[in-house]
Amino acid sequence: MSALDILDGCAAEIARDDQTPATATARPVLRERGQREVFCGLTGIIWLHRKMQDAFFLVVGSRTCAHLLQSAAGVMIFAEPRFATAIMEERDLAGMVDAQDELDRVVNRLLERRPDIRTLFLVGSCPSEVIKLDLAKAAQRLGAVHMPRVRILNYSGSGIETTFTQGEDACLSALVPVMPASAPDAAKQLLIVGSLPDIVEDQFLRILAQLGIDKVGVLPARNARDLPEIGPNTRYLLAQPFLGETAMAIEGRGAQRLDALFPFGAEGTTSWLRAAAREFGVDEALFERVVAPGRERARIALSKLRPQLSGKRITFLPDSQLEVPLARFLQEELGMELVEVGTPYLHRAHLARELEHFGPDVRISEGQHLDRQLDRVRADRPDITVCGLGLANPLEGEGLTTKWAIELVFSPIHGFDQAADLAELFARPLRRRDLLEV
Amino acid sequence: MQLAVWTYEGPPHVGAMRVATAMEKLHYVLHAPQGDTYADLLFTMIERRGKRPPVTYTTFEARDLGKDTAQIFQDAAREAVARFNPQAIIVGASCTAELIQDDPAGLSEAMNLPCPVIPLELPSYQRKENWGASETFYQIVRSLADKTVLREPREGRPARANILGPTALGFRHRDDLVEIRKILALLGVEVNLVAPLGATPEDITRIGHADFNIVLYPEIADEAARWLEKTFDQPAVRTVPIGVGATRSFIADVAELAGADPTPALGDTSSRLPWWSRSVDSTYLTSKRVFIFGDATHAVAAARIAREELGFEVCGLGCYAREFARDVRAEAARCGIEALITDDHLAVEDAIAAAAPELVLGTQMERHIAKRLGIPCAVISAPVHVQDFPARHSPQMGFEGANVIFDTWVHPLVMGLEEHLLTMFREDFEFSDEAGASHHAAHSPRKAAPQAVSEAPVADIPVPAAEMALDADTLWTAEASRELKKIPFFVRGKAKRNTENFAAAEGRSQIDLETLYDAKAHYAR
Repeated sequence: MSALDILDGCAAEIARDDQTPATATARPVLRERGQREVFCGLTGIIWLHRKMQDAFFLVVGSRTCAHLLQSAAGVMIFAEPRFATAIMEERDLAGMVDAQDELDRVVNRLLERRPDIRTLFLVGSCPSEVIKLDLAKAAQRLGAVHMPRVRILNYSGSGIETTFTQGEDACLSALVPVMPASAPDAAKQLLIVGSLPDIVEDQFLRILAQLGIDKVGVLPARNARDLPEIGPNTRYLLAQPFLGETAMAIEGRGAQRLDALFPFGAEGTTSWLRAAAREFGVDEALFERVVAPGRERARIALSKLRPQLSGKRITFLPDSQLEVPLARFLQEELGMELVEVGTPYLHRAHLARELEHFGPDVRISEGQHLDRQLDRVRADRPDITVCGLGLANPLEGEGLTTKWAIELVFSPIHGFDQAADLAELFARPLRRRDLLEV
Repeated sequence: MQLAVWTYEGPPHVGAMRVATAMEKLHYVLHAPQGDTYADLLFTMIERRGKRPPVTYTTFEARDLGKDTAQIFQDAAREAVARFNPQAIIVGASCTAELIQDDPAGLSEAMNLPCPVIPLELPSYQRKENWGASETFYQIVRSLADKTVLREPREGRPARANILGPTALGFRHRDDLVEIRKILALLGVEVNLVAPLGATPEDITRIGHADFNIVLYPEIADEAARWLEKTFDQPAVRTVPIGVGATRSFIADVAELAGADPTPALGDTSSRLPWWSRSVDSTYLTSKRVFIFGDATHAVAAARIAREELGFEVCGLGCYAREFARDVRAEAARCGIEALITDDHLAVEDAIAAAAPELVLGTQMERHIAKRLGIPCAVISAPVHVQDFPARHSPQMGFEGANVIFDTWVHPLVMGLEEHLLTMFREDFEFSDEAGASHHAAHSPRKAAPQAVSEAPVADIPVPAAEMALDADTLWTAEASRELKKIPFFVRGKAKRNTENFAAAEGRSQIDLETLYDAKAHYAR
């Protein structure tokens, strides 16, 4: 059975997308609907609570939510995490107690115990959304009591609305309205949007400073009570491809997006930095002088991994929305062949420049019908399949080499000096496959 | 609302998944939003299963609510049956789907599916994982068992038993089963069926053929066994053979029901725990204080082994499952202590800190707590971790299970002679507190980690380490403090606590050298 038979046989539409920006060639996208093997947006808490050191995340949900967080964290992070779940019980649902009163009780107790919390996120879940528990109202009411010591915000990480990294999108969107407004006559400033590992963030800030761009804000800031300014003078760069809602909120405050490739690999990182340099009128010679060493280091490091990956065929199952820019990186800089690039959601505008790099044979799929997609993987037999933790061992059991997608979210992979680390994440499973003789 | 950081048990549909994943040719259609699929990784990553759990998640979204979620369920059920061709399906709802009240039972009944459909009602906001597993197994047995089965007379054939309880993601279920089969073979008892692990729905129909049932894990199989007792007049063996004594009782119970001679099974020469425990080098184990926490079955078994087979003193005993609290309370009474029944791990941490044990036997939660408190620990019960699925054979049940338990519990401890050397030569630089047991670097206790105390726990639990530090500053003279540090780390907590209690009882405002040694004399055993 060829992959095309399956494509024809499945019920999904193959649509030409009318909304595609003129910059991207209109290309067919396989849209699928069915079982999805993905995390919900609550999972973002696992990295967000470490990124924002003064913030606490209180999920208002069920035992399933609590169990998800501890299972997705892989090994339990026992250094008292800055997240917890307010588990709803029968009496909350049966109206025996007022859920809002219960929430007040839980929050008050929590804030009493943790005086170090300066920002508290009330995070909505599937059950809290279904019973329409109004967390915005709760945040407002509790905020009135606890401000200025604690700012209380809310967002939804529910699986009925968000997929995995969209939880970060929802969280950052909630932060945008409380960012301080910059003065109307303030100088042009840059905002980097999307949580990055501290080490990568510092690298970018260093390069931007060398370029002479020193008014640079970061969202999320390491301290959630220390948010950068925003206004019509703000130009922003997305560091992550999954921040559609956040981008809209930011533009609602007058900021303008700088279009670029996402900063993966030597080319992506150069494009991303160049977009800032152009906007801030950095001299081309200075740009070259600052960027060349890092770009060269990345190229040299990648050249060592290229022989291992070149010509290898790869399929991405939908997971983090990082799929499109990572596929571009693997194709352009390591010579990998893209079989299928699946993504939970394809943001056509933000990804337009990435998609330009894909040839007509690359199958792009959006959404998921798990069993059909696995049929395609079995028919395609790629050299490596990028998938979630629930699928990796079963596919390995069928003799297919895999890479866990979650590691791509939990590792420093952006920028010049992480380009080879990123490539290594794909090379290692292949090398291991060849190494083992059992 | 209950504030929780970590939970001992997942929601009840995860219990149902443990049953479904253990069985063959059974499929679970779970009405659930995306994200609930996280549960697959419990099986594929923690247990390292090479197959996806046989679960289809309907994956409804916000925009489907109030429109066609029922249709989504029916489509998913129809597709799952067509694709996987199961002998039976179980259908149910996760916590979110329970709220939208689509009635998977009624919906699937209306579909005329070509296989039996077993509906599950698992109230997510009242019950938890083990209850979900138990209820699922009970419903499967009740729906599928062929009630017309007539057992032929016992004369001229071996006795037949069902082994009930092992599931996917169970603590050492795979290996326990091997040991139980060995014992039954020695007793000449035929295994009619093992369930849920490895059983097909068709196998379950034959469950009435057995003469009796063996309930290995009451948390999962007791409900079903009681129904079988009523329906097929099958008695049940309820002795859980963890530990040498319990294994002997188990053999006697099975032999009696089977009319078999227990001697060959009782005489198993590979049972080493009794001699290892009597061997003089084990003398140092006498009255070691252990704190035990887990599911009821494993906690109670551990307490008996600790007391009767290793000569430990049980200074704390508890479980997270209220359903089985009675057994734990009874065992705690035999140990002369009060049982701790809670699913709040912070309460458990507090109890461990207060009891200052020399060894913690618990779940993965207690392993982390013990690590933080610098106390040796062994894992005896679910919730499980990838380390609880060792590559080697590592049972808890039967005589071999007791051998494994002896090694697992004793190895983290500082060994007899080393204990003496540590006491005698405290100031040897290689015997620093941080070094811990010399043969077990991975278990080395660290200095009380400052970050562990500075980040205050969420629940209403005081931080004992911080309190101790305060008291020490004001109460202890410098000289006594130095002397205290010469006491090996694994007993220092106890010595300190005892001395302080003694000083308080005596009304002494300061602890000097005299007080320290007076207290030592007072508590001498």
